[in-house]
Amino acid sequence: MAPMRPVDVAAQTEPSTPQSRETVFDIQGLKASYGSNVAVKGVDLEIYRNLVTAVIGPSGCGKSTFIRCLNRMNDEVPGFRQEGKILYHGIDLYGDGVDQIEVRRRIGMVFQRPNPFPKTIYDNVAWAPRILGLKKDLDERVEKALKGAALWDEVKDRLKKSALALSGGQQQRLCIARAIAIEPEVLLLDEPASALDPIATASIEELMHDLKTDYTLVIVTHNMQQAARVADRTAFFSLDVDESGQGAGVLVEYDETGKLFTAPSDKRTEDYVTGRFG
Amino acid sequence: MAAVEQALTIDLRAGARARRRRLVNRIAEAIAILAAAVAVAMLVWVVWSVAERGASLISWSFLTGDLPIPFSPEVGGIGPLIVGSAIVVGIATAIALPVGVLIALFLEEFASNWLRVPIQLAIDLMTGLPSIIIAIFVFSALVYGHAENGVAGSLGLAIVMIPLITRATQEVLRLVPSDQREGALALGASRWRTVVGVILPASLGGILTGTVLAVARAVGETAPLLFATGIFGRTLQLNPTKAMPNMPVQIFIWSESPDPLDHRRAWATALVLMTLVLVMSLVARIALNWSRRNTTR
Amino acid sequence: MSTLPAASELTGHRRLRDWIGDRLLLLLTAGASIAAVALIVLIALKVLRSAHLAFSAFGLSFVKSSAWDVNHKVFGALPGLYGTAVSSLIALLIATPLALAIALFLSELAPTWARVLVGSLVETLAAIPSVVLGLWGILVLGPIAANHLEPWLSRWFGWLQVFSGQPSSSGILIAGLILAIMVVPIIASICRELFLQVPSELEEGALALGATRWEMVRGVVLTSSRPGIAAAMILGLGRALGEAIAVAQVIGAGWTIPTSLFKPGDTLASKIVEEFQGYSTKLQLSSLFYLGAILLVIGLVTNLFAQLIVRRFDVYRTGAR
Repeated sequence: MAPMRPVDVAAQTEPSTPQSRETVFDIQGLKASYGSNVAVKGVDLEIYRNLVTAVIGPSGCGKSTFIRCLNRMNDEVPGFRQEGKILYHGIDLYGDGVDQIEVRRRIGMVFQRPNPFPKTIYDNVAWAPRILGLKKDLDERVEKALKGAALWDEVKDRLKKSALALSGGQQQRLCIARAIAIEPEVLLLDEPASALDPIATASIEELMHDLKTDYTLVIVTHNMQQAARVADRTAFFSLDVDESGQGAGVLVEYDETGKLFTAPSDKRTEDYVTGRFG
Repeated sequence: MAAVEQALTIDLRAGARARRRRLVNRIAEAIAILAAAVAVAMLVWVVWSVAERGASLISWSFLTGDLPIPFSPEVGGIGPLIVGSAIVVGIATAIALPVGVLIALFLEEFASNWLRVPIQLAIDLMTGLPSIIIAIFVFSALVYGHAENGVAGSLGLAIVMIPLITRATQEVLRLVPSDQREGALALGASRWRTVVGVILPASLGGILTGTVLAVARAVGETAPLLFATGIFGRTLQLNPTKAMPNMPVQIFIWSESPDPLDHRRAWATALVLMTLVLVMSLVARIALNWSRRNTTR
Repeated sequence: MSTLPAASELTGHRRLRDWIGDRLLLLLTAGASIAAVALIVLIALKVLRSAHLAFSAFGLSFVKSSAWDVNHKVFGALPGLYGTAVSSLIALLIATPLALAIALFLSELAPTWARVLVGSLVETLAAIPSVVLGLWGILVLGPIAANHLEPWLSRWFGWLQVFSGQPSSSGILIAGLILAIMVVPIIASICRELFLQVPSELEEGALALGATRWEMVRGVVLTSSRPGIAAAMILGLGRALGEAIAVAQVIGAGWTIPTSLFKPGDTLASKIVEEFQGYSTKLQLSSLFYLGAILLVIGLVTNLFAQLIVRRFDVYRTGAR
């Protein structure tokens, strides 16, 4: 378990140059709004395969809106509109003929508050494979997912017990297991540790290190230290207020985590990471 | 896992299975819409039937005239029924409104936990009490051995109304912001001043809505009246200690008659009764659903 | 409360008035509440007492007897129990799926305006006085059932004894249909509230796994509301069991246990309505009230049961958060 130092940039052994990486998401001029409120605008960035990409920024800067665009979760919100392009392996996510349920099954999501279903631990993990028709070797699949989420040893003897009896950290890992049980390619994590205690947070962070060998991870966090510890690349969002007083989230800087935290190129980023923000 | 298959062929269009799941989803949505349509259609059908069959008899003389003599070919009128229903329900409201509000106040403002549970249970059980049971109670306690009378009927209706008014009042009392409540108490206002001056005025709208709904329910309630004041004369009765003519019981009697003219009278009376009930309850419910709309989601 | 300063005479008066006001308010509210509890007890006692004469004559074997003979002074409840059970069961079988679908429409599918409008209309269906619905039942639904529904049922399902026999415009089936109309809005509005209470985080969790809306409803909304749905059904059942007037209008009267649902019958409640005005002996009246006492016991048990589920469910739900 990593000791928690303030803005401790994780030892990044492998330099992650964009050139050597395959692009998963290519986001071009994204603008997302709810009714007349613009949540984020002018976002251009690329997210690379098998890396952890963190999205940080002050509250209200549209971080959550941004990653919810990546698996079309915002479609459920009345009044939501998005402009610009999100290419997923070159395919427009919002293009014609693209099916939301296909999108979400490939691009999984874990939410801020652990949200296990009021079912048994086993059924929580097995539910999605069942509806997707992945019923073959279901037990193995559940076991593999729980192992992948580093939860197997803690729950293997009580798979038929209610998931609601688990601790908060266990519940969140169960939600991760639930998401990886259908073998997505990408995992979106929306402040996955913000409702957890430090020990549970550490275990989630450790898990993210392990998960990136198999998955592409995008994590939203308001905790800079967390981004520094887990992320290979970090995007810094900020709130941009125009003349009329209307605020909207914008992407300020996007770079390797080490560089963003130690040698930011934008003044706003520097202010934020050194704590001088606001 | 996923990352191992290097050559990714990504297809985000719905596959065969996804299409089937989408179809099932469509069907489920269609069923839900259809079910809602069926319910609305039932309402429209019943209302339309009553309106269509009842409207032809409605006239000023029908609404104000005395009841027909049995087997008479004269249509007659339902004036005594309307007046009787108004008096019986009026007395019932006069009993149920204060009692219902007082119980709600006690439950929400005063009662300790161990008192709240049995009282709340009593109110819940009263809500679920079949009106025929209330009818038997009123009959045994107030009518059997005495004469039929309107007050006994009113009491039966009040028993129907009290839990409805209590429930509605409780709901609005819970919505009174606690800072208003505590603000008044912090200013040194006594309990009763807070209740009379702050809490009741703030919840007046909700209490009224609840009362209108309870009245709408009571005015069509038949069983307690059938047992308490079911045999009445044909003329106007203003004395509630006597048997009072009323709309629901007369509809029931006419509906059981073999005479087609009685059926027409029943339809017309039902139209009057239903219009009253539907207008009251629809207005109250739209007000309620509209004010709830924002709190529920 | 230790009220502070100002020892003027005015505040003295005011304090006294407040003291009296507080006590009076407490007394009134507590009095009304205790009266409500006493009333429930009194109603139960009074109904049981009214049944006493018949109870001492027939004892518990009353419920097993099918007799109803004023001249020979023998009475029994069995046909009424049968009619009550069967008509309520028909009502519940029809109403539950319909009401669940309506509740899902109102909570998951409909835009705001339709939620308010359709929700209000469905609740309005519950507001139609039962005597009006009964009138509609005999004069509109009855003939349609006799001419279309029942012949159709007996043509396709006539091999089932319950759907065989001569169609009739009043009978147990029609009573069940009318009861279903009464029960739908009750179950629908309770279930709508239940579904709205399902945390949106759970719904999002299901959708994020690639579930369709229906799969989300089935897997998350319905399962996590299951005990509440059961309670709603029981409350609806309670309404159906106790409905007297409308059933008396459409069921056609007959103290028998008919093999066909098309045939007339009676429920406990409808028998009371039909006969109490024309009763000729005290034993007959008391027997009617014995039917009422049975109904009361069934009604109280179903309601208590529903309350129990609701309360346990509340605990379960708050524990889950």
